Amino acid sequence: MDGMAVLIAAALGFGLVSLGLLLWSLNSSQYDDLDGAASRILLDDAADDV
Amino acid sequence: MDSVAAAPMGDYGAFVRTEPGGASTIDVAVKGAHCANCLGKIESGVKAIVGVTDARLNLSTGRLHVAWRANPAVPKAVLERLSALGYQAAPFEAAASLQADAREGRDLLRYLAVAGFGTVFVVGLTDAVWYGGGDMSAATRNLFFGLAAAISVPVSLFAAQPFFGSAMKALAKRQTNMDVPISLAILLSLALSLYQTAIHAQHTYFDAAVMLAFLLLIGRYLDFRLRDRARSAAQHLVTLQSVLARRLKANGDIETVAARELVAGDRVLLAVGERVPADGTLEEPTEADISLITGESMPVALGAGATLLAGSIVVGRPVVLRATARVENSLVADLARLLEAGQQTRSVYVRLADRAARAYVPFVTVASLLVFAGWIAFAAPLSTALTNAIAVLIITCPCALGLAVPAVQIVATGRLFERGVFVKSGDALERLAEVDTAVFDKTGTLTLGTPVLENGADISGATLEAAARLARGSRHPLARALAAAAGAGPAETGLREVAGCGLESTVDGKITRLGNAAWCGMEGVAQGGELWFRDGDAPPVRFLFRDHIHPETRATLADLAARHIAIEMLTGDHAQPAARIAAQAGILHWQADVGPKDKAARMQALRAQGHRVLMVGDGINDAGALALAHVSIAPGSAADVSQHAADLVLRGNSMAPIVEAVDVARKARRLVLQNFAFAAVYNIAAIPLAAFGLVTPLIAALAMAASSLVVTLNALRLARRAG
Repeated sequence: MDGMAVLIAAALGFGLVSLGLLLWSLNSSQYDDLDGAASRILLDDAADDV
Repeated sequence: MDSVAAAPMGDYGAFVRTEPGGASTIDVAVKGAHCANCLGKIESGVKAIVGVTDARLNLSTGRLHVAWRANPAVPKAVLERLSALGYQAAPFEAAASLQADAREGRDLLRYLAVAGFGTVFVVGLTDAVWYGGGDMSAATRNLFFGLAAAISVPVSLFAAQPFFGSAMKALAKRQTNMDVPISLAILLSLALSLYQTAIHAQHTYFDAAVMLAFLLLIGRYLDFRLRDRARSAAQHLVTLQSVLARRLKANGDIETVAARELVAGDRVLLAVGERVPADGTLEEPTEADISLITGESMPVALGAGATLLAGSIVVGRPVVLRATARVENSLVADLARLLEAGQQTRSVYVRLADRAARAYVPFVTVASLLVFAGWIAFAAPLSTALTNAIAVLIITCPCALGLAVPAVQIVATGRLFERGVFVKSGDALERLAEVDTAVFDKTGTLTLGTPVLENGADISGATLEAAARLARGSRHPLARALAAAAGAGPAETGLREVAGCGLESTVDGKITRLGNAAWCGMEGVAQGGELWFRDGDAPPVRFLFRDHIHPETRATLADLAARHIAIEMLTGDHAQPAARIAAQAGILHWQADVGPKDKAARMQALRAQGHRVLMVGDGINDAGALALAHVSIAPGSAADVSQHAADLVLRGNSMAPIVEAVDVARKARRLVLQNFAFAAVYNIAAIPLAAFGLVTPLIAALAMAASSLVVTLNALRLARRAG
């Protein structure tokens, strides 16, 4: 019974953390341009500074 | 002669937003950026402009966001840089509606995320009870139910807000929609489960409440994405084609403004190839392509003081236009009235899903009331009667219906999007599937909209080449057509262009001229759609030009006819060219010299005869008919008022995608009806089970998930059959 309580609490904790991360990524516009994100990874970092 | 056209652009003040921190920003629509290479080139190119602090291109929407400080010349520099890099670009207007749309999408995703989280946990907790029920102690079960309650109550109440809001709105208007039974099912299953938990019963419906919200939010989000993507694509097109005007200030400065900010008396600079932003009178003579307004296929010559209507394209030489007021009986005012009339008839159309909801809501409500009454009549305890009545509501909850339509439509519009067809709304597809008559405009729709040399066979190669040497130096459409007919070659140097007459060059004392009949010494024989060429003292030669039919037109019309769609052509052009194009395209029913009002009247006549009409047209004179038709399509080159009025917008000028659009719309309709039939059968089978108390929460949850899956998979068949 004790083990189960710990497991449930841990699972809930993980779930809430991942939900929080998802909401954070939503709020910081990370899903607004999926095509751009896929292409941006191909660019050299230096290109930004040219 | 290009000094007017090359005058510097102004300040773009209407498009610039000032941010709280003192920075300025502008959003620019960029055409043709699709790869990492473009992205890097554009962003680094724009960032190199002095003062720019940030440049970020959204590759999904094609929108470039630029922020800068302390350099008012930035917007102009950005647009020039983009043009130098080879991308067509235009600034977006700072509209508030866009931000509202973005917020709606983000809110829906947030609800979806929370509902997904809740579903995973609540199903985990309650399913453990269903599967392990026998071995589980009552204390553990109560703990699990208590935890499920603690998660599902706040999650459902938060995530189901879109349904509650829409249901309240409908109820306030004394109507019902699909969201009324959805809200009822969610609220009642929560209430019933809380009661069951309180009395330590064996069954609760917490999982049903969160799962309902989750699955239905998926449908809602798909629906939003469909509308959003189509809307932003259409807006992108319109922005790229707009509607900027270069206004001459009193002190001679030039400023760039949105066309609708022009007022009567403003002087506007018009470059060659520019679309006229507002009605006005010319200060100098020029030639204009007025095909978008009247359907006339050849450019017309206009003298100083002549009226030029918005939507014409200047082809002669750069001029200054004095804007005139838009009076009540002007063409534009007429069109506005026609558009309004069309939108009113359009709004009468009831979407398939709403028609299903009208039948469905009373049926389900009555069924659950009957179940409740039945159990009471057979002397069952109140709680049993209530439980079973609510079970009926939960299991018949329109999960499948809520997904049935958006799932099919998002797949259908996605497939059409790839073929270059933007569908502006989901019900446009439903209407397109019902079409039995198609009415086409001629110029620019069935035809290429550009002149082609007609009598090339009668002219010797040497004469053609001699004339082309002159023509290559001009941007006049007829001269371009002549140059195109002759192919690549050298251009004459030392050309003189005489406005309203033509071109002249002098080589070794011999004068050669290319232009209108009078310019080449042929008085009184002018017909229009022709160029004359005179080489020294030799007799002048006539070059005839005609608008040609698009190479794909005939096949497209034949394909439509094979789909039992009757074809008609309505054009504002004269009878003779209309007859020629109709014969080439294989059209039997056509009318020429048809004005905008007559086109709209024809739409209403066809509608009165019970026809479902598809209107295809690009001109300003088509806009009223486009709005009045059952469903309408505009090519990408259409005037923006026509693109606004049309339900579907094609990316290019080929009509071929229309056939595919009709096919996809019909298949989509078939799949939607299949999904409805499936949902009906499922509900008819499930209601008796629920009514007799045979549906446990586990069965309810499985049935709900399975029916949604079936409906979604059925929708995906549309994507897989893509040829």
